[in-house]
Amino acid sequence: MSDLNKLGLAEARDALRKGETTSVELTEACLKAIDAADALNAFVHKTPEIALERAKAADARIQEGEAPAMCGLPVGIKDLFCTKGVASQAASKILDGFKPEYESTVSQQLADAGAVMLGKLNMDEFAMGSSNETSAYGNAVSPWRRGNDDAQLTPGGSSGGSASAVAADLCLAATGTDTGGSIRQPAAFTGTVGIKPTYGRCSRWGVVAFASSLDQAGPMTKSVRDAAIMLEAMCGHDPKDSTSAELAVPNFEAMLTGDIKGKKIGIPKEYRMEGMPAEIEKLWADGTEMLKAAGAEIVDISLPHTKYALPAYYVIAPAEASSNLARYDGVRYGNRAVLEAGDGITEMYEKSRAAGFGQEVQRRVMIGTYVLSAGFYDAYYNRARRVRALIKRDFEEVFAAGVDAILTPATPSAAFGLGEMIDADPVQMYLNDVFTVTVNLAGLPGIAVPAGLDTQGLPLGLQLIGRPWEEGDLLNTAYALESAAGFVAKPGKWW
Amino acid sequence: MLDLTYELPKPKVIAGAKHDWELVIGMEVHAQVSSKAKLFSGASTKFGNEPNSNVSFVDAAMPGMLPVINEYCVEQAVRTGLGLKAEINLWSAFDRKNYFYPDLPQGYQISQLYHPIVGEGEVLVELGDGTARNVRVERIHMEQDAGKSIHDMDPNMSFVDLNRTGVCLMEIVSRPDIRGPEEAAAYIAKLRQIMRYLGTCDGNMQNGNLRADVNVSICLPGAYEKYQETQDFSHLGTRCEIKNMNSMRFIQQAIEVEARRQIAIVEGGGKVDQETRLYDPDKGETRSMRSKEEAHDYRYFPDPDLLPLEIEQDWVDGIAASLPELPDEKKARFIGDFGLSDYDASVLTADVESAAYFEAVAEGRNGKLAANWVINELFGRLKKDEDKTITDSPVSPVQLGGIIDLISSDAISGKIAKDLFEIVYTEGGDPAEIVEARGMKQVTDTGAIETALDEIIAANPAQVEKAKVNPKLAGWFVGQVMKATGGKANPKAVNELVAKKLGG
Repeated sequence: MSDLNKLGLAEARDALRKGETTSVELTEACLKAIDAADALNAFVHKTPEIALERAKAADARIQEGEAPAMCGLPVGIKDLFCTKGVASQAASKILDGFKPEYESTVSQQLADAGAVMLGKLNMDEFAMGSSNETSAYGNAVSPWRRGNDDAQLTPGGSSGGSASAVAADLCLAATGTDTGGSIRQPAAFTGTVGIKPTYGRCSRWGVVAFASSLDQAGPMTKSVRDAAIMLEAMCGHDPKDSTSAELAVPNFEAMLTGDIKGKKIGIPKEYRMEGMPAEIEKLWADGTEMLKAAGAEIVDISLPHTKYALPAYYVIAPAEASSNLARYDGVRYGNRAVLEAGDGITEMYEKSRAAGFGQEVQRRVMIGTYVLSAGFYDAYYNRARRVRALIKRDFEEVFAAGVDAILTPATPSAAFGLGEMIDADPVQMYLNDVFTVTVNLAGLPGIAVPAGLDTQGLPLGLQLIGRPWEEGDLLNTAYALESAAGFVAKPGKWW
Repeated sequence: MLDLTYELPKPKVIAGAKHDWELVIGMEVHAQVSSKAKLFSGASTKFGNEPNSNVSFVDAAMPGMLPVINEYCVEQAVRTGLGLKAEINLWSAFDRKNYFYPDLPQGYQISQLYHPIVGEGEVLVELGDGTARNVRVERIHMEQDAGKSIHDMDPNMSFVDLNRTGVCLMEIVSRPDIRGPEEAAAYIAKLRQIMRYLGTCDGNMQNGNLRADVNVSICLPGAYEKYQETQDFSHLGTRCEIKNMNSMRFIQQAIEVEARRQIAIVEGGGKVDQETRLYDPDKGETRSMRSKEEAHDYRYFPDPDLLPLEIEQDWVDGIAASLPELPDEKKARFIGDFGLSDYDASVLTADVESAAYFEAVAEGRNGKLAANWVINELFGRLKKDEDKTITDSPVSPVQLGGIIDLISSDAISGKIAKDLFEIVYTEGGDPAEIVEARGMKQVTDTGAIETALDEIIAANPAQVEKAKVNPKLAGWFVGQVMKATGGKANPKAVNELVAKKLGG
């Protein structure tokens, strides 16, 4: 077989089981593609030795006929996941050279399921960003371009390296994490599928924390079926994470029937933002029609507190981050600034953190510190928490009224050019998350599905939001949408 | 059970240059929970291990690590709450207290600010002079201990030991119901006693397993009563918190020193600043820990890594049912059942081991006699023997009971009993057998005593004449008889015979 790296998880799995190829062949194809794609800056730590070793082990298991779900399938791991003995630095200078002595639960579960780790993927520093431009490794680049324009585009963020790598066929699939849209926005920007499961589905143990009450891991794949396969391997109860749900994991792939007859799909009027590009409007309308044509019932719904979601998110997430990032102090691991004579502990903290954290991380740590400060706590943090509760209630009421899933655009625009937002107000960048943060605030599952191209030939995605713990049903609706949209475009290879 | 009633102790009064001042004290006692593992990690809590050997990835705050609550620590906190007759909150939650320090790897301490696990309770604090006060406990919450920073090992470097990091503490917060240095010490002693009974904290102050922050303020006589009527703190003076005290003696000194400092400020027309201070026992003064500009803003907020802690009433009831008899109840029972004095009952219930020892001795015997022997002979002897404690006693309750039985049956005299006790203490053995083997049995045979007495009377005619005039001299004859019989004569029988022969 040729171009093995272009396969999806399901196709490769089937080929492996039929003996049409081997994991070593798949892995070598990916490693070759990775080496040829340095221009994308997607893989920031390559682990070919680990990959080939695991591939050989996987081939042996397949030979013995006891191959688990992801056996032999090469994937990339976002740098936010701690991987034993392999650099794991959340794309931050402050964790320069940090190699953990432990493996995150999610990456361990993938390994246990036979997946082959190819290396670590670029991202925004500490997952804070929507363009991958805050990475200490320098930004990842999208394989997509606007027609013949060779301007480099963002793969989105924070899981930009994952999106770029999957879209460019450097790996079959990748892990991402999503705190406010960090899986779904890059998936939408790169024509890939990304699902953020219900909060508590995937263990957060061993994943560098950004905002603990919002962070969730999820797969970024080439198809909805692949997302179902990989999500099943990633999630499950973990006693090491107190917020992990003690729920059985269903066979998500088996739930992909494509039959959504009689399903009630809600279209929230509050997501029709002023100034929304006509292309996005059209995509949304087209998606609605596709679901309708597949037999779903379309209902107009209201999620009245939507407009407060973004401000609430940008209070809660930085607040938690300011505390979560306090451990990066130069005392025990990571970067410690070179001190001068007479410098004390305060100087050590200040210099280490000033040098180790990038500007966006510093901004969020300062915002978070501010909103938790005495005198501001009630006005900001507590008010944001109340807003969060209201947003959650909006969704609960809609689901209680019988809605099975909610269809929205995934992003307010197609991918923008790298550097285009450099001088913009940071809030402009935060607006990228306008359709996705509500889902994190409410702890719901959300999936981005590629649904079309804009006039410049860039992918656009739609988002489906599901009921809590019903990822299987959500994936099936996404599967129906994917089938109807028939998105097959791939970026032309320029790298 | 007896209902013990006490007079209230008088508040400590310090005479200033212009007025008399009263003290008002509230305490935050930090008690290390007795548990094998830490509050949120599986690392050991063992004291005295190599530095940084009791440290898990969670304790060292490695990236991506998450806390998981140790259920046993929760049980211990609930047990303590029940022991202080406090309300148990079935729903509580953890908050982060944020500050930077090298011995705090997370950059925050996980604590319970907004919703503690234990609510209001009460501690009866007896002063030993027949007075006692009920000190109200406002709350008990669980929190992580910090590690240890060591600054004196190297001129240029500081070292950090994380062994203690993450160990579970209970912070027991009192209302400002304590009115003097002695009461403060008695309050801690009582908490310590109760927790040792419960097995929830070993109370070792030297190791820092029990320490206190002491809030001190002063007020004019009468003001405190207004506070108690209204619970309005404006009747009280501005308080200062003296941090991290782990000695009863220093706590008392610090309170007095701090009160005098405040009195001097107020009488000099100044205002006391609310601040945290440290006590320097060498200089005998308290010092401000940090200026206002350096005051921490801890930015408390709910810990998003932990779900609220929900416990079941049934589980709490199960713990309640397993509580041991507590000091107040035990003391009342000892007074009621064994007829002990308040003092003796207090001494014997000071710790659960002494109480158990006493009960084993007193079982089926004269309680007061048993108490005398345990307190005066055994405790006294243990103290002389390198300050041994009851658990080290070489004399078992069975042995001591045997000695008491020999006294009660008139087999030996009280004096011989003391000799016998010393033999059992140093050599061991069954008291009855020792008495038999060494011929220590009391001579109650009046014939033998009479023979001895007759010989003495015959040999000392002059003494006999004097004794007839002065009956007080009878004691001399008693002494002679005791001497002649090697102390084994029953003193009662000797007395009677001497009186009969001389007085007759």
